[in-house]
Amino acid sequence: MTETAEKIRDHFELFREPQYEELMENKRKNFENYVGDAEVTRVADWTKTKEYQDKNFAREALVINPAKACQPLGAVFAAVGFEKTLPFVHGSQGCVAYYRSHFTRHFKEPTSCVSSSMTEDAAVFGGLNNMIDGLANAYALYKPKMIAVSTTCMAEVIGDDLNAFIKNAKEKGSVPQEFDVTYAHTPAFVGSHITGYDNTMKGIVEHFWDGKSGTVEKLERKPNESINFLGGFDGYTVGNIREIKRIFELMGVDYTIFGDNSDVWDTPADGEFRMYDGGTTLEQAANAVHAKATISMQEFCTEKTLATIADHGQEVVAFNHPVGIAGTDRFLQAVSRITGKAIPEALTKERGRLVDAIGDSSAHIHGKKFAIYGDPDLCYGLAEFILELGGEPVHILATNGNKAWEAKVQALLDSSPFGAGCKVYAGKDLWHLRSLLFTEPVDFMIGNTYGKYLERDTGTPLIRLGFPVFDRHHHHRSPVWGYQGSMNVLVKILDKIFDEMDKATNTAGKTDVSFDIIR
Amino acid sequence: MSTAVAESPADIKERNKKLIGEVLEAYPDKSAKRRAKHLNTYDAEKAECSVKSNIKSIPGVMTIRGCAYAGSKGVVWGPIKDMVHISHGPVGCGQYSWGSRRNYYKGTTGVDTFGTMQFTSDFQEKDIVFGGDKKLGKIIDEIQELFPLSKGISVQSECPIGLIGDDIEAVSKAKSKQYDGKPIIPVRCEGFRGVSQSLGHHIANDVIRDWVFDKAGEKNAGFQSTPYDVAIIGDYNIGGDAWASRILLEEMGLRVIAQWSGDGTIAELENTPKAKLNILHCYRSMNYITRHMEEKFGIPWVEYNFFGPTKIEASLREIASKFDDKIKEGAERVIAKYKPQMEAVIAKYRPRLEGKKVMLYVGGLRPRHVIGAYEDLGMEVVGTGYEFGHNDDYQRTTHYVKDGTLIYDDVTGYEFEKFVEKVRPDLVGSGVKEKYIFQKMGVPFRQMHSWDYSGPYHGYDGFGIFARDMDIAINAPVWKLTKAPWS
Repeated sequence: MTETAEKIRDHFELFREPQYEELMENKRKNFENYVGDAEVTRVADWTKTKEYQDKNFAREALVINPAKACQPLGAVFAAVGFEKTLPFVHGSQGCVAYYRSHFTRHFKEPTSCVSSSMTEDAAVFGGLNNMIDGLANAYALYKPKMIAVSTTCMAEVIGDDLNAFIKNAKEKGSVPQEFDVTYAHTPAFVGSHITGYDNTMKGIVEHFWDGKSGTVEKLERKPNESINFLGGFDGYTVGNIREIKRIFELMGVDYTIFGDNSDVWDTPADGEFRMYDGGTTLEQAANAVHAKATISMQEFCTEKTLATIADHGQEVVAFNHPVGIAGTDRFLQAVSRITGKAIPEALTKERGRLVDAIGDSSAHIHGKKFAIYGDPDLCYGLAEFILELGGEPVHILATNGNKAWEAKVQALLDSSPFGAGCKVYAGKDLWHLRSLLFTEPVDFMIGNTYGKYLERDTGTPLIRLGFPVFDRHHHHRSPVWGYQGSMNVLVKILDKIFDEMDKATNTAGKTDVSFDIIR
Repeated sequence: MSTAVAESPADIKERNKKLIGEVLEAYPDKSAKRRAKHLNTYDAEKAECSVKSNIKSIPGVMTIRGCAYAGSKGVVWGPIKDMVHISHGPVGCGQYSWGSRRNYYKGTTGVDTFGTMQFTSDFQEKDIVFGGDKKLGKIIDEIQELFPLSKGISVQSECPIGLIGDDIEAVSKAKSKQYDGKPIIPVRCEGFRGVSQSLGHHIANDVIRDWVFDKAGEKNAGFQSTPYDVAIIGDYNIGGDAWASRILLEEMGLRVIAQWSGDGTIAELENTPKAKLNILHCYRSMNYITRHMEEKFGIPWVEYNFFGPTKIEASLREIASKFDDKIKEGAERVIAKYKPQMEAVIAKYRPRLEGKKVMLYVGGLRPRHVIGAYEDLGMEVVGTGYEFGHNDDYQRTTHYVKDGTLIYDDVTGYEFEKFVEKVRPDLVGSGVKEKYIFQKMGVPFRQMHSWDYSGPYHGYDGFGIFARDMDIAINAPVWKLTKAPWS
């Protein structure tokens, strides 16, 4: 007997029981046409070699375990940052089920989003009727203040024109003429989720600032003293945006978070389900045209949006997911310069505390080798912090990175002796990284949950920082920006280092001479 | 939470009728008319649940359904562990379905098994413009080079493939020939086909028929049959479900020659036509292939239900009834062996769960199959419905549900929230997209697709975990903390 009422075991224990081990062995021996342990070991060893790496890097068509998702996911991320805004994805419905699951698994929060449920007939005749009915149903049921439409690959391949469709739907009375429906074409076969974020934000900016698709007058910019803030696609948006608000408030800055999704992915459990919560108000979105400048925390995630904003006469400043002392310094100095507000003593003290913490701990990080993978801006920010901590980045990889990103990261590496010998990989995937980790091993790896397969295969300990993080809870609630956010990142890195140190020294009578209680 | 006052079936029916009327009022007329056909209350005097099903979802609502790709790659093909499954098209579909279904398997990932990997052709704009066939051919070459122990390849089409008219069949055939008949299998499961994941299951089954069975040829000539050979069909080994089932079948004296498709291999698929009996758990996703095997190879099939001791016991006897006394005795032996274990589980958990009301909304077979397991624990299912059920699923549901049960087909997020708000069950069992909505409302929840990352729930070992998990959900102290003392 295996499970007993006294002690119900979980799957990871249950299937280690001898009767299950035997069952699996018999299945393998008799029915699976198994090639044998020796052959598996031979091939497994071969996959760790330089020869295999060369073949792996010679790949031109196949992508294995990419660290990127598709545009429409970024569109949904951007859309939920506005007050009572319902993301509406024009295309086949399965995609929306995936976007909702993906965000829900990361944030452990509901994600509301509808689809126009296009099927074969829409593939032949176009999805106009789906748009007409879909907008009407979404408006009636979910009572949004705004609907943000984006597309999938299906709608793009058949060439549906969102602007015309929305106009048509409004004429048919699906939603009132003056109701805000923004749109962005977000084909899944171009770019990645960060491109979708960018296109959607650009669409929203254009909608509010440029006369709502020709239905009202364009806004005339009357510059004021406020600044706009764009966070970019960010798995830590809940903690980060709140941290940025705290910093702005400490500084006395007049600001608009453009696309504030921090509340909708962190609603309370108090007996009520809030489909919408918080968000940038539509009035704020429109008034943002008057701001003095727009600050983006992620350059490669907001290229088009920033260009559009710059065209309206604002100064635009972009960072690369700044984390650490210098990154945060630059951010605060830019805010201070643009707004004319001084950096308050409270933040200077926070800076000092972070420097203090680094001083206390960097001995444990100094000279350690790191692999970093994820979105382009995040990789840059983390690499800069690692250099600051005396760590040595060795591989930096972004599947959705481009040549410009590669060059920018290389320049960062060249600026520090700790960056010597590090290589940057744009467009490569986690199977490429696997080869690198075998042939040029590192001490630690920083990235999202999918890195756990690399951790298993290569034995490189994984520090979870990125999106998605499915297998740990609540990380997204802690910021990684600002001095306090950097402190969180520092602690996360150190915890892993100490855990590994303990693991290496905890065998009684063998390795435990240095199983210390003080580290 | 549930009201203490006992309601009569007539009262319940009246309330449900009113409730359905209320939710329909929120829709525009055209959509209200369409949705009205999918909502009903089960009337024990009638033969059917009387809801329409397997019809297009209405646009602009939060349908919980997926697509044909999800049905083929996510359900049927993905768990075949020794093959490489290419998500052919843009990067997203493969990324979102990567490892999320927990189809447990044993093997060396990346070497001889590939279950938790994401292979994609990562379509770019130029592939849309010029077509992806050439690229697909190259991908197959690269797989052959980098994964020499892979036993086959499947090509899971995403939306653009069908729209741009790629000939994945021709590429697959040519490459299979080039690689000595290695199974290279094109699956036309583009997401826009059909109305839900259901068509993807059907397409995947048909492809197994045409591209595995018909081409297996002499491959399985050396297979030594026994009179007790069975195949598990329609168990995806979520959290190890199929293993917890297989162990019982083997204990009763049967030989399980194939597992479909959790922890499955191409060799097992190829050998299945040699089975003496196909035993079918997920009727919805795999009845097509068992019907085919019955017609073509004369293999009978029987449905079974391994949720909860009552249904397990009945199913073991039903399966045994197709064999001789040795197996019948084996079934009795297995039932007797686990009886004390099951009694102990029930003795421990039933007092904590007795009388609790449950609302379900899942896919496949679970909206009906798990009802018996809840009843074994003294719980009552008061509402249920299918994401992608067909008429025959709803017919089968009548054997499980009580008079007055609320039935909702392809429920929309709006309807489901309103139903739960009014019925106030003690537990909702549905998917991850629904989980946190209800928990915020203060209603305990269990994911009934992924078992909330627990499991197995099938078989006797699974029932212990099921009972414990329902106790964890319902009796967690957190539900008493929902309201602040001052509010």
